[in-house]
Amino acid sequence: MKRVTLYRAASLIVVAGLTFCAAMMWRPSIDPLAQAPTMDDASVRRGARVAEQGDCAVCHTRPGGAYMAGGLPLVTPFGTLYTTNITPDRDTGIGNWPPEAFARAMRHGVSRDGHFLYPAFPYVHYSRMSDADISDVYAYLMSVDPVPARAPDNHMMFPMNFRPLVSFWNLLFLRDDRLADLPDRSPQWNRGRYLVEGAGHCSSCHTPLNFIGGEKNSEHLSGGQVDGWNAPALTGMARRNNPWSTEQLVTYLRAGVAGHHGAGAGPMLPVSLSLAQLPETDVQAIAEYILSLDGDTPTPAPDCAATRTAAIPAPSAATTGTETPGAASTSAAPAFAQGEALFAGACAGCHGGGAPMRTIDGRPGLSVVSAATASDPRNLIKTILEGIPMSARAPSHYMPPFADSLDDAHIAALAGYLRSHACAATPWPDLLETVHTLRHEGQSK
Amino acid sequence: MITLNVNGTDHSLDIDPDMPLLYALRNHLQLNGAKYGCGLGQCGACTVIVEGKPVFSCVLPSGAVAGRAVKTVEGLGSADKPGVLQQAFIDNQAAQCGYCIAGMIMRAQALIDTVAAPTDEQIRTHMAPNLCRCGTHLRIFAAIKAALATGVKG
Amino acid sequence: MKRRDAGIDQGRRAFLINGALVVGFAMVPGAGRAFADTEVDTLGTQVLAPDLPGSLRTNPFLDAWIRIDEQNVITVYTGKVELGTGVKTALLQVAAERLEVEPHLIVFMTADTALTPNEGYTAGSHTMFDSGTALFNAAAQVRQLLLESAARQWRTPVEQLGTQDAVIQCPDGKSMTYAQALAGVELHRYASAQSPIMAPERFTRIGQSLPRIDIPAKVSGGASYVQDMRLPGMLHARVIRPPRRGCQLEGIDQAAIENMPGHVTLVRNGSYLAVVAEDEWQAIKAMRSGYELARWSQGDPLPDAANIHQLLTQLPAKRYPIRNTVASSPGPADSSAHSWKATLTKQYLMHGSIGPSCSLAWFNEGTLTVWTHTQGVYPLRAGIAELLGLPLEKVRCVHVEGSGCYGHNGADDAAADAALIAMAVPGKPVRVQWMREQEHLWEPYSSAMRVELDVTADAAGHLGRWNTELWTTPHNERIVNAGRLLPAWLLAQPVAPAPSIPIAQPEGDGDRNVIPLYDVANSRINMTFVTQMPFRTSAMRSLGAHVNVFGIESAMDELAAQAGIDPVEFRLRNISDPRARAVIEQVAKAFGWPARAGGPGSGIGFAFARYKNIMGYCAIAVQVHVQRQTGEVVIDRVVTAVDVGQVVSPDGLRNQVEGGIIQSASWTLYEQVDYDPAGVRSYDWSGYPILRFPALPLDVEVHVLDQPGQPFLGAAEIVQGPMAAALGNALSNATGKRLLSLPLARSGWHRSL
Repeated sequence: MKRVTLYRAASLIVVAGLTFCAAMMWRPSIDPLAQAPTMDDASVRRGARVAEQGDCAVCHTRPGGAYMAGGLPLVTPFGTLYTTNITPDRDTGIGNWPPEAFARAMRHGVSRDGHFLYPAFPYVHYSRMSDADISDVYAYLMSVDPVPARAPDNHMMFPMNFRPLVSFWNLLFLRDDRLADLPDRSPQWNRGRYLVEGAGHCSSCHTPLNFIGGEKNSEHLSGGQVDGWNAPALTGMARRNNPWSTEQLVTYLRAGVAGHHGAGAGPMLPVSLSLAQLPETDVQAIAEYILSLDGDTPTPAPDCAATRTAAIPAPSAATTGTETPGAASTSAAPAFAQGEALFAGACAGCHGGGAPMRTIDGRPGLSVVSAATASDPRNLIKTILEGIPMSARAPSHYMPPFADSLDDAHIAALAGYLRSHACAATPWPDLLETVHTLRHEGQSK
Repeated sequence: MITLNVNGTDHSLDIDPDMPLLYALRNHLQLNGAKYGCGLGQCGACTVIVEGKPVFSCVLPSGAVAGRAVKTVEGLGSADKPGVLQQAFIDNQAAQCGYCIAGMIMRAQALIDTVAAPTDEQIRTHMAPNLCRCGTHLRIFAAIKAALATGVKG
Repeated sequence: MKRRDAGIDQGRRAFLINGALVVGFAMVPGAGRAFADTEVDTLGTQVLAPDLPGSLRTNPFLDAWIRIDEQNVITVYTGKVELGTGVKTALLQVAAERLEVEPHLIVFMTADTALTPNEGYTAGSHTMFDSGTALFNAAAQVRQLLLESAARQWRTPVEQLGTQDAVIQCPDGKSMTYAQALAGVELHRYASAQSPIMAPERFTRIGQSLPRIDIPAKVSGGASYVQDMRLPGMLHARVIRPPRRGCQLEGIDQAAIENMPGHVTLVRNGSYLAVVAEDEWQAIKAMRSGYELARWSQGDPLPDAANIHQLLTQLPAKRYPIRNTVASSPGPADSSAHSWKATLTKQYLMHGSIGPSCSLAWFNEGTLTVWTHTQGVYPLRAGIAELLGLPLEKVRCVHVEGSGCYGHNGADDAAADAALIAMAVPGKPVRVQWMREQEHLWEPYSSAMRVELDVTADAAGHLGRWNTELWTTPHNERIVNAGRLLPAWLLAQPVAPAPSIPIAQPEGDGDRNVIPLYDVANSRINMTFVTQMPFRTSAMRSLGAHVNVFGIESAMDELAAQAGIDPVEFRLRNISDPRARAVIEQVAKAFGWPARAGGPGSGIGFAFARYKNIMGYCAIAVQVHVQRQTGEVVIDRVVTAVDVGQVVSPDGLRNQVEGGIIQSASWTLYEQVDYDPAGVRSYDWSGYPILRFPALPLDVEVHVLDQPGQPFLGAAEIVQGPMAAALGNALSNATGKRLLSLPLARSGWHRSL
């Protein structure tokens, strides 16, 4: 009896297990729509706003490509995948998706035909969006110009190229946790939380990821990395040395230059350009929520220029020959001199104390900006290497790239020089090596 | 003293290392090609090629160029013996005021030197850092295409 | 760079020294007249010979234009300058044609107060009109005089003589050079009203595309611009400007600046500041210090950008009636079957010259020489003389090319800077180069404008009422006195600018091209000319025509749509000028009007104008695609037809037309000066983005309707208005919404759809 029962039990377990797995890994296809749906104008307009909140275009439009037609490569630790066409083209886009299919994709990461979507698509966050918002953004996407375009095939590493495994990832990281408003918080704070934790999916970048690409909830919004850039911690922004005010954060988030902090660069720039399209009340809500988050890293360090109350004159004072306190003592003289010379020749035209962006626009000197006061030189170096692109149709805080003009030693000297003005007591170590690594990682840029 | 290698020749100049390459070229080597348009890396009138890459010479300190090969428009040819790209600009009469043209030529030359058959979109994207206020873009574009069509890098 | 010796020939300039120029600055230009004559009004050049063609009216002596030396070298002079349009080559072609010599045998001199005729400004598309016509006639008459001289010497009928390479030939084999024939001729004489005729079919140079003589140097690092000039012992200067208008200098640490390397001198006069150094980079560093160390008073607040067009209607102004015509007989009862009223606006634009203004000056042995890319060396010279208190004959202004100016940019002010600084370091040549932000902040802008249209058409599609009210600040703040030079405002004893007066019709100021060329039943048009300018404004390519043609052509499309008539057909129904009809029909045919490309957001637009209603004709059709979710505009195709009279250089003309199309597309779609009460934010290209290669129209087709034998009409400004209008009509067609505010397609514009 035992053996047969054992075999039977074992096979029952195996069958149950397989059934469970199959159930886990299989989702039904939803029938396509026979014809294109008609959308309500008001819903489309609201949906446009939701699309900006969710930054859909940032991933689903490739440089030089048609709007929302996909094809942008996303490099993940598990391989490269390409974003999909979410225009309403019926053959290559989502034109034949009924609303239920769209909602399922947004909340559960499952495509219309039942295949699992990779969590590079942040459905773990979109799942928190309201029915109305999801319905409105559906309406908007259905109104976008349809473009026939098929994304290139993904190159995911084994075993991640087997999509049904994502279902197990979802078990771990996908929650059905729509956020209920907290009654002891203002409506604006609740709205901010809804936007940040939902459509805004800020923690996708601003939270450290574990080894299988899920967010470490215990370190929620404590900082992360994306495309080689640091996405700094969003916690404790109001209580650090050199705190962010609401006004400064709103300015920054709307692609402006925040006094005493600086401006969006790298991957944050397109996000801020999207947020700039939203009503300012949305961004104020986001700012209120973020500034309410406690954190315990007191960056920048107490000795930093930004921490002291008065703004220290920018390094351009060096061009007039006047000494800047504390600067020379922490660096070897020749390196400092080189950094100083590089600053005067390459940077001071824009960043010097008498430059128009300082005197007319009131932009902060480099000794107080976040990139210079951060404990990691990564963002400063990336900004020097890549610059900040110019907008074709609006004013922007453009910066030219220096990757081709300055070599690693120059950029290291420059970074060291700027750091010595920003936080003299805490120089960045190993700058040459860091610059070299950053220049060569992600060679696609 | 800073040694600059320009169009294949070394020059020893008594200049400060912070002097942008643009002024070293213009005032210490009497080379007129690279021009002051903005001094901010926004317009490309100062474009030269350094180690094969097009760069803004107005924000490149001379001290950082020492020993690296610099190529200017004077290095491509002269009015009497123009290089392939320069000849294409002359043939297409690709200039109005002409102030941006030397920078355009250097930006384009860097593309011709590195990409065998760029698409029209690639050409336009590559040339984006350089401004022309007179609206000569169409002829500049035609000149670049004509130079590419010869198959000679020049 | 050739430099002529600074001896000023008093004899040749006798008619000017008769007090005309000097007196001109003591009084309002045109003494008591409400209007300036034209944009090129020279204020002091008197019309000495009203019957003569072109600039011969004001410069009638033949030897003012053409001289031949003993070596048979022919020098031709023009009072106009090369601004980058290729006009120097075109004028050379004209002179070569009528002198019947190859162009390379001519030395061609552009404006220099010591050497050339005074033709006022190179502006307003007048160059071929004025100087081309003068040379066309003067060169022909000089050649004829030389032939007659040879005929007399050889006792041979003049009809039997021919010329080749500046040599006169007799059928029996005798020959003499032009120089030898000159012995029997007095060229210092007035030209005559009649010139020898040359039938257009005989032209061998006019109508040919002579390769531009300046391009080879420009592609190979030749010394082509004033920025490339190097004089012995030259010093480098930079100016230090206040943060905004009205700031007074409260203090600056002069010693700290003068201690900097490079033998730095600080020039200070009231609120005027400049630094001079031996090396250019040293001057820049000294300037940067100056910007950090100078302390200024608050200065004047700037206007509120959101209400600027409202503000224009409230500021001190003069109202000028531009047109008041009434139908001779009452029209049909349904003359207002269709009607449209709208208010259109335009923001401040800047010239945005790619090379910021630059000038050299040298005060040596009592004479000041200024090398400058000004559009008008004579008025500038008078302004500088007044500014410095120098006698006129002790100041010489020589034109040397700068980058394209597109009108009145910082060139004259930079020349005044160079002059002021040169006086502070006598005996040394000084080169002053404006920085990018100085050009962006201090160049005279193109006026923000407001246009109110009230138009009707009858049921058959004939225009009825055409009323317009327009508000503008000046478009012609040129150098009629020293106070029109910006540095003069900063001095301890500032000089006030002369009162602003508009250029009269038919040339027009802000009202340029406000009168439609179409046949209308009745029309009332008025201009409110705002004299208290929120920003200093002056002439920029096409002046008011940019927004006026935009307005007229928008109205035509609106009325056509109401009448249910095709826009091109509607225009043809209302215009009788055959040359206008010809360009309209040519474009419609070549474009395949009204064929429209497929795809979402597709739109087509048509426009026509005759520049100032007296100069070149231009019709344009464009095909665009608007990406309705992002607002991106792709210009797929542009087709244009132009008629500028006798074409001198077909390729030069095409170059100008193509360039104007791109420039106007940039102005119209993207450009505006950004400012708020704290200051002008458009201090560099990142704050004033202009069209770059990725936004280039994909396909541009230019059709030239040559008119052999007809007067030269000028090409440089015919496209700006029509291109703006065609784009406006195309975007309206693509989106279903009439767009009334320039610029049309900045970030976020699509949200209003």
